[in-house]
Formats: sequence, C-alpha cells, structure tokens
Amino acid sequence: MTVRAGVFAFTSCEGCSLITLEVEDRLLEILGRVEFVNFREAIDDKSDDYDIAFIDGAITREHEVGELMKIRERAAILVAMGACAVQGGLYFLKEYHEPGETLAYVYGDKAGQFDTMPVRPVSQYVKVDHSLYGCPIDKREFVEVVTALLSGRRPNIPDYPVCNECRMSENICVFERGLACMGPVTRAGCGAICPSRHVGCFGCRGMVDKPALDQHRAVLTERGLTEEEITARYRMFNGHWGSAHEKP
Amino acid sequence: MKNLDIKVEHVTRVEGHGNIVVKVRDGRVEDARLDIVESPRFFEVMLQGRSWQEASWITSRICGICAVTHSTASLKATEDAFGIVPSAQTVLLRKLLLDGEYIQSHVLHVYFLVAPDLLGVGSVVPLAGTHIEVVRMALRLKKLGNDLCALVGGRHVHPVAMKVNGFTSLPEPAGLASARERLVAARADLDATVELFKTLRIPAFTRETEYLSLKGVDEYPLYDGDMMSSDGYVFKPRGYLESIKETVVPPSSAKHVAARRDSYMVGALARFNNNHGLLHKRAKAVADAVGLSAPCHNPFMINVAQLVETVHCVEHAAETIDMLLGSGMSVEVSDVRPIAGRGVGVVEAPRGTLYHDYTYGADGMITGANCIIPTGQNLANIEADMQGILPGLLGGTEADVAQTLKMLVRAYDPCISCATHSIEVVFDRG
Repeated sequence: MTVRAGVFAFTSCEGCSLITLEVEDRLLEILGRVEFVNFREAIDDKSDDYDIAFIDGAITREHEVGELMKIRERAAILVAMGACAVQGGLYFLKEYHEPGETLAYVYGDKAGQFDTMPVRPVSQYVKVDHSLYGCPIDKREFVEVVTALLSGRRPNIPDYPVCNECRMSENICVFERGLACMGPVTRAGCGAICPSRHVGCFGCRGMVDKPALDQHRAVLTERGLTEEEITARYRMFNGHWGSAHEKP
Repeated sequence: MKNLDIKVEHVTRVEGHGNIVVKVRDGRVEDARLDIVESPRFFEVMLQGRSWQEASWITSRICGICAVTHSTASLKATEDAFGIVPSAQTVLLRKLLLDGEYIQSHVLHVYFLVAPDLLGVGSVVPLAGTHIEVVRMALRLKKLGNDLCALVGGRHVHPVAMKVNGFTSLPEPAGLASARERLVAARADLDATVELFKTLRIPAFTRETEYLSLKGVDEYPLYDGDMMSSDGYVFKPRGYLESIKETVVPPSSAKHVAARRDSYMVGALARFNNNHGLLHKRAKAVADAVGLSAPCHNPFMINVAQLVETVHCVEHAAETIDMLLGSGMSVEVSDVRPIAGRGVGVVEAPRGTLYHDYTYGADGMITGANCIIPTGQNLANIEADMQGILPGLLGGTEADVAQTLKMLVRAYDPCISCATHSIEVVFDRG
C-alpha cells in the first residue's frame, strides 16, 4: 500500500521538514511507500489530494490558521511535527515581552506596518492525530510513525521521562555534574542525546503526561537554582504548556 | 512580448516562503521582486533576558539547515564580548563541524534542489526514477556530512555539544578515524559528480556586482578573519555596522542590506571570487575541470562553486581529523566569566556571511541582539539580477521566463526562514 503525504511548514526553521530527508538509509524505501505530493521545500507538486499531512511549525499569523484548517479538512491523518507544532516551541519566548516593544525593537518607526499574533501550537486550532516530539524531531521516531501509519497501528511513542533512557545509556546523572536538567519531567524518545553529551535537558520534547513538577522544582532548588533560573529553564520549550497550566 | 505579469507564489525547492513578482510594460521592466512572505519570529527579542549559556541554543533554531553555523557565530559573539580566546582544539573541532555542515547543505542544494532543473525533471522524486545512481550518490554524500556533524556536535540539526569556550564532550578518536576513511572514499562520488556537471548546461548570464566574504590568510576562510570586498576594501567584523547597512524598504518592507553599491553578493561564488587561491588543490582542479574561474559574474555558477567548495570541505575535513588525531585531544577546562559589553561573531555560512552581535549585562544576560543573515544580504542582488536577466528573456514564453527566474532564485540557495528570523515583508498585492 502507498499513501499520499504532504509536508507543510508554518512558522518554523524547517529543520523538522529537513529531518524527513535525513533518513538517508531509509529514504528510497520510504519514497517507495509514501508519495510526497506537496512539500514546497523539496518538490514542485502542490496537490490538495493527500492522506497524511505533516505539520512543521507553530501558528503565529492569521492566514496560517485558515491554511491549517484547509489542510485538516483534506487529510485523513494529521501529524504535528516538532516542538513548534506540538507545544509552540521556542518561539513562545517572545510572549514574555510586550507585543508593542517586540515590534518596535525589530522595525523601529515602521512597527505600525506589521502584525503578529500570540504563538500557538497546532492543536489550538485543529485536531491532531499524532505528534512527533522534539526540537528537532528524532529521525528514528519519524520512521516509526510512518511505518506505523502504513501498517494501520498506533505509533510507539514513549510516555516516560528522559531519565529512563539516560539510565539505560549508563550516563552519570548531569545533576552530579552540577547542571540543571529537565529530564525528569520530559518525554523520552530522544535517546537522552543531551545528557549523553553532558548537557542538561532543555525539555524540547515537552512534558510527560503526568510530570512530577513539584518534586522536580524541589530537586532543582536543592541543587542551588534560583526561582528565576528554574522558570527560565521551564520557559525555554514549554512556555505555552506552562501558561496553559498556569505553572510555572 | 511587450507586456508581462508573472507571479510565482511560494517558489518551490527553496527553504521558506517567497514569491516572485514581475511586471513588464511596453517591453520595459517596471517591477522584478522576490517577496518574502515568511512569518516573522523575533529572535532578537527572544534573546533578551536570556543567559550566555542559552544564546547559541536559541539562535541555532533560526535555521534547520545551517544550525551549526548559527551556533558558531553565536558562540564567537559571546566569546568576543567576554574577551575569551578558545583553544586550538576547540577551533579545529568547530572547523570540522563547519566542513560537515557545508557538505550536507551544498549536497542537499546541488543535488536535491537544483539538479532536477538541470536534468529536466521536477524534483528529486522523479530523479530517483530517471537517475537513481545520482540520487544514491547524493544520499551517501549528504549522510557523510550529517554523520560528521553528529560525531562532533551530537547531531546536525541543532547541535548539542557546542558551547562557549569549548565542547561539552569530545568525539571518540575511533569515530574520527572511520569518518576520515569515508571522506577519502567520497572522492569517487565527487569525481562522478564532476563528470555529471561537465554535461550540464548552466544558463549563460553575467552581471558584475560586489562580492563580500571573509578574507583568508593561510586557509580558505569559513570560520574567521576580516571581511573583504571584491571592490578592494577590508573591514573588521566588529565594525560591520559602519560598512554594511540594513534598511527597511516600504512597501515591500524587505530589510535589504547594502555596502558601498546598491547591492552585493555573499555565498559560495563570492567566497570563490575572493579567496580561490586558498582552495585545496583538488578543489582547484575541479574548478578548472568544470570551467569556473575567478572572477566569475554568472550567478548560476554559484552551484558550481558549491560543488568546488564541497570538494574543498571533504579534503579539509580529512586534514583537520589528521591534526586532531596527531596532536591527541584532551578534556579542557572551560573557564567563562561574563563581563558587560558587546561582542560580534562572524562566520561564513554555506549561503554567505553571517553576523551575530550581542550586548551583555554584567550578569551574563543578553540586553540587545542583532543578527544579519546571508539571504537578507543577497535579496537586493537577486532582484538586481532579475532586472538584469529579464530583457533578454522577453522573446520567450511566459512559462519559460518564470522557469528561468525560479532557477535564478534557486541558484542563490535562499534560506528564507533565516532571512525572516525577525523581518516581515508585506506582500503588495495591488
């Protein structure tokens, strides 16, 4: 069976779109089963007839909402792809600044000619069937989702924290290195790539379904982080999630 | 053809959203624009109030294709602000990462985005049907670039191991040795690519312009150096604001960048024109074989220059690995003490010169930021080329004119997400 797919980029760096081409070992095999019919970054075709839509990016402008809704109507399955699409991602950082000041800083006296609206994840506007987490997405997980959809089963996406994968890799906990880490509350699936490189997790894959937030904050406080530092860490990739849950 | 109106919405096979708009009346070109309709993201604002440890993590996300270069420019800006000079080992590892990024970025562009035009097919998908060996070769080369980035930086899109004044962890020597073997083996694929390029017909069009790039001393410059212009002047990275100017130009409101002329070019061809004498001898031989010689004023030859640079980066990466393995790598203490002040980091990204400029408070928090992106610098030059090439095309059909213009825009390898890291351009539909 082959399926028709589209890759659509909204407000993003298009890194996640690029990852779909970075599965070099499997690309020809995937292209044999998935026919990309609308993927501006890679091909000329712009068909409106597709089964699966992969959405790369957050929604930050009015016209993007309309385009997203049209895509939702056409696609049987919609996959939010990457931190921007799934949880608003890094771009939500601009929401902590006054909108007027944001525009003025970039456009100076021409600020009045521009507009932007609050950064929102795709799920704010349409039903999302599956999510590919991370900034950027993990190429193995992309292959897993494509394979699962082709065989009509649910993709196998972890709902346990990065800590589990980190321990499996036999890493020394980065807390022992004196670093802050979002691993205890962040959804696994990245292979703990950052802690394995001695970098504290920034939480790019979003939270597990039931994060132990109080315990996590307590650990970070115990390790000497101030309230401001903890909040900054939480805001990096989970600002929208945090606002929606009024915490932090 | 006396009158012509062309509007190509969302040009395909480029990174980001851009529209081509052309208006010809009585044989006179009244308008020829590349409008950027990408959503703005306000990175300069997002950086404010964030700490020096996070700056490169945030700005890496400006671009998924040249994340390594953004991280590098960011780290250099912070180091410049704090008066830090990174170790020779750190610099070698960063240069190796840049080689990896150039290989993957240039291969993606030349094979996946441009070659379909030159081979007469719509995209890489039909290309897999008509030229499967070319596609396999491209995938091997691209994977080599990605794997090199992953080996040193943890991954290619948004590297994790790069930090201010060092690396969070070092690559395994065995991994570097095996990467070196693959780099040497890649020569065969590159030789085959050169043979393929000899058969391609590159459109003939020349328009002399100003070419800006880093200036090399003893090495083809990607990582550092002063800035130089083909017009014969140089300037220090820290003084870039005195030499290049960003302007918002209503109604299209593109922040165009210019130096001493109305427009200039950055990227592979500008680097080649300014520094060709410093290329690896294998890259020089390839340039000769495919007919690229400096100074070259044909923007379509940017793609040939990208192939020449790919050959250079493959050889440079192998030599860099030899140096790292020869001297032996060691875990270095990375001492960073924030001080208040401003720092500028300039790097050659695959698409051209990239500037990051940060101002820090004494607490190591960013209080001001400015990033100037290669594609933003090329926009005025692309439009000048469009105006230059159009009169010679008016004898053809509208479809032919549009196709040539799309190829011209694509030749520059525009990275529109990058260019709209902060800028929004209002599309004039009037």
